[in-house]
Amino acid sequence: MILLRKFYYGDYGESKNGAADISSDNSSSGVVTEWPLWEVFIRSKQGLDHKHAGSLHAADAAMAIENARDVYTRRMEGVSIWVVESKHIHASNPDDADALYDPANDKAYRHPTFYNLPDAVKHM
Amino acid sequence: MNKSINISTDQLINYLLHLADNSLIMGHRNSEWCGHGPILEQDIAISNIALDLIGQARNFYQYAAIPIKQSTNQPINLTTEDSLAYLRDTREYKNCLLVEQPNGDWAQTILKQFFFSTYQYYLYQQLQNNADDQLKAIAAKALKEVTYHVRWSSEWVIRLGDGTDESKKRLLRAFDELWMFTGELFEPASYELNMSTDFILMKEEWNKKVCSVFEEATIDVPVEKKWHQSGGKTGNHSEHLGLLLAEMQFMQRAYPNSEW
Repeated sequence: MILLRKFYYGDYGESKNGAADISSDNSSSGVVTEWPLWEVFIRSKQGLDHKHAGSLHAADAAMAIENARDVYTRRMEGVSIWVVESKHIHASNPDDADALYDPANDKAYRHPTFYNLPDAVKHM
Repeated sequence: MNKSINISTDQLINYLLHLADNSLIMGHRNSEWCGHGPILEQDIAISNIALDLIGQARNFYQYAAIPIKQSTNQPINLTTEDSLAYLRDTREYKNCLLVEQPNGDWAQTILKQFFFSTYQYYLYQQLQNNADDQLKAIAAKALKEVTYHVRWSSEWVIRLGDGTDESKKRLLRAFDELWMFTGELFEPASYELNMSTDFILMKEEWNKKVCSVFEEATIDVPVEKKWHQSGGKTGNHSEHLGLLLAEMQFMQRAYPNSEW
């Protein structure tokens, strides 16, 4: 029996630093028979970037791509699919939000809005 | 219309109904999995395939309704895609026996899909070069869908065959259940003759594909000649089709022309 453990992005667990906790995978007491979780990124048009579309379960990468095709591109949403196992995504810790993001609040000068654009420049 | 060989209207109608019935019944069987799939993602996958197949059936029924309307003398002929699907009885259905077989477990469903999609794949490859423009267009469109069905179902056959002891056992049992219905696919009914399809080539290609997937799935089964069951194409069905139609047609027969 293969023991599988579910991971979620943002599941920073014991290590606190945002990495998924993979240290105790196979030795965990609960036998989880579900397939691993995968994150799906879809590119909607050539030239655009891949955007996170959601997540799904699959036994391996090939199945994850097929599942993503069936679950997330049924209404012509995409022309390209990326999948990555969720445990490989590292997330910032919400507890650190004050230190990480708030300092940017009062620094409006970082926005490129203080330049006078010449009339000749279009589409900016 | 075919220039070299004259196809009678009856023959064309029967042929179109046969193609439509194959897709509709297979699609309906797949739809029975909706909400019952082994895992959410596969539930959606098989429901998608059901929708593809029912879409194909609609195209064939819509096309068949045209010559059917023209060939009767009645002032009002109400034949539509819906009446063809919902108001014909078992003996009028021309689908092959394979598609009406019960779903059984996941292995049986997968293997049935694999046998059928592989057959459709080689059939539509030929039909997309047919002299009949409408048939050609439907086949070309459907071929893209079927290509994915073959890919999806062969991967599952490989996973199950080359998986655990249990999954292998189930796949072998499915083989025993279904193999006898595959011979009929390549035994042309009278309306399939003269449609510019090469059944010998189709059977060869089908066998080759099935053997290569079985090999990868580490399934060792005798695929040579064996006795096979037939009759579906001419309306002699197994008991399963009657039950399927009873469920599928109930609403339309109990409440004719109901809408929601």
